[in-house]
Amino acid sequence: MIYPLLAQLVQMTVILTLSPLLIGLVRKVKSRLQRRRGASMIQPYRDLRRLLGKEAVVADNASWLFRIAPYFVFASTWVAAALIPTFSANLMFSWSGDLIAITALLGSARFALALAGMDVGTSFGGLGSSREMMIASLAEPAMLMIVFSVALIAGSTELSTIAGYMLNGQVGLRVSLAMALAALLIVAVAENGRIPVDNPSTHLELTMVHEAMVLEYSGRHLAMIELAASLQLMLYLSMVACIFIPFGMAADANRPLLDAVGFFAWLAKMAAGGIALGVAETIVAKMRVFRVPNFLGAALMLGLLGVLLLFVSRGM
Amino acid sequence: MAFVSPHGLSFDIAHMLAGLLVLVSFMMLYQLRLLALLHVLGLHAFVLALSVAWQAHIQGAPHLYITAGMALAFKAILIPWALRRMVFQMGLHREIETVGGIGITMLAGIALVALSLQVMLPVTANADPVAREDIALALSVVLIGLLIMVTRQNAISQVVGFMSLENGINLAATGARGMPLVVEITVAFSILVAFIVVGVFLFRIRERFDTIDISELDRVRGGQM
Repeated sequence: MIYPLLAQLVQMTVILTLSPLLIGLVRKVKSRLQRRRGASMIQPYRDLRRLLGKEAVVADNASWLFRIAPYFVFASTWVAAALIPTFSANLMFSWSGDLIAITALLGSARFALALAGMDVGTSFGGLGSSREMMIASLAEPAMLMIVFSVALIAGSTELSTIAGYMLNGQVGLRVSLAMALAALLIVAVAENGRIPVDNPSTHLELTMVHEAMVLEYSGRHLAMIELAASLQLMLYLSMVACIFIPFGMAADANRPLLDAVGFFAWLAKMAAGGIALGVAETIVAKMRVFRVPNFLGAALMLGLLGVLLLFVSRGM
Repeated sequence: MAFVSPHGLSFDIAHMLAGLLVLVSFMMLYQLRLLALLHVLGLHAFVLALSVAWQAHIQGAPHLYITAGMALAFKAILIPWALRRMVFQMGLHREIETVGGIGITMLAGIALVALSLQVMLPVTANADPVAREDIALALSVVLIGLLIMVTRQNAISQVVGFMSLENGINLAATGARGMPLVVEITVAFSILVAFIVVGVFLFRIRERFDTIDISELDRVRGGQM
């Protein structure tokens, strides 16, 4: 009785505590590739501590929404991240880890943040919010197409069932899954505001999206938002790992040894994903905001193509 | 490990490579910059070579390895390299094409894939399942190649579309058993000859009209607009 609860608890805390490290790893890889020494990998933790210690400055005309939004964003992102199977496909609450539910949680977090961006009435906030909504309105249909094609193959939208199905090797190689993977990578890049779509490390008014929305935040509010952003990155990486490379993940419940193996496999996958992201961000140039619809349109098309292939032929 | 995929792993890999070829065709459709388009063309031919080599392996037909080697040498390396040189000589390496909306082109591409699946799968209902879906995918590569040729203004991109179309034909030919090697080699060399002719032709067009934009030629012909 106590072990499943403990495993679920470990899942929730681990994904929270390790997500800033992932950000640190990506930054480190990027700076090494640019022949800089770069900040230490634990720098994001120091940033969070500094932000938590600082006074939060709030604009005079800010409503309650502005104060609530960071906590709401953080809470819903954390819940969504905790539902992703990381080291075990069979956790206590894995029945609730549904792809559509996770998409909805992330969607409501984004909604709250966009509202907060417009709340104070500065021009940057509104600009960021409208851009974020443009990206979201394109990324979400693509995400749904990916969910459809994965669900058509695995017979469920529940992530743990999907991971279990992929684990037992019945799938083989599927063209439609390859399309879904390509589409999911594009969506993940767009949703996390990583380089071809948005640059997380600049404050250039012509291009920034996420940073423009949160420009008014400071202190503990900003810490919550930063933590939510790193959680989201880890969430997407874990989701890709869970659906497409679930190898090493424990398929049975309550087997501490298998869980430990799964845990280290997951750590390795996250490290590999972080390094790959750092390399990709170094070799790709940021695209113009007006190119983003084309980029995300490609994800939608890929998802659509995957679903189409599945409907025409079960073998694909 | 219990493996319950409908036709086994070798089938899946053949399928996967054919699907990848369609995917790379879509990348071509998406790519606007001329040099990047040439890189994608090289990738396209590389995937084709892999796919042909895999067919050689599962069909036990060693002569297909020669086809794969030719695809790799000519189509993945030689032709993209020559086109690249041509682009640099003409000073087009920074050229960005204006295609009327990638979204619509991609949608048209999806429609073409749907069409080819819809046409091919019922017609070949009794055929070998590996060949059957391979041919459906190959037809969509051919149709997307045609789409690239239709939507592009630049003559070099049209050549790229033509080359990808030929890759699709090659995929279909190797998926079906018993394509004689002679035919294969002849096709490969005729592609090379076509490429040389097109190359000479492109330079002639440019000498004449100072551009290789096809829409300019309409004006010279005496404009029907």
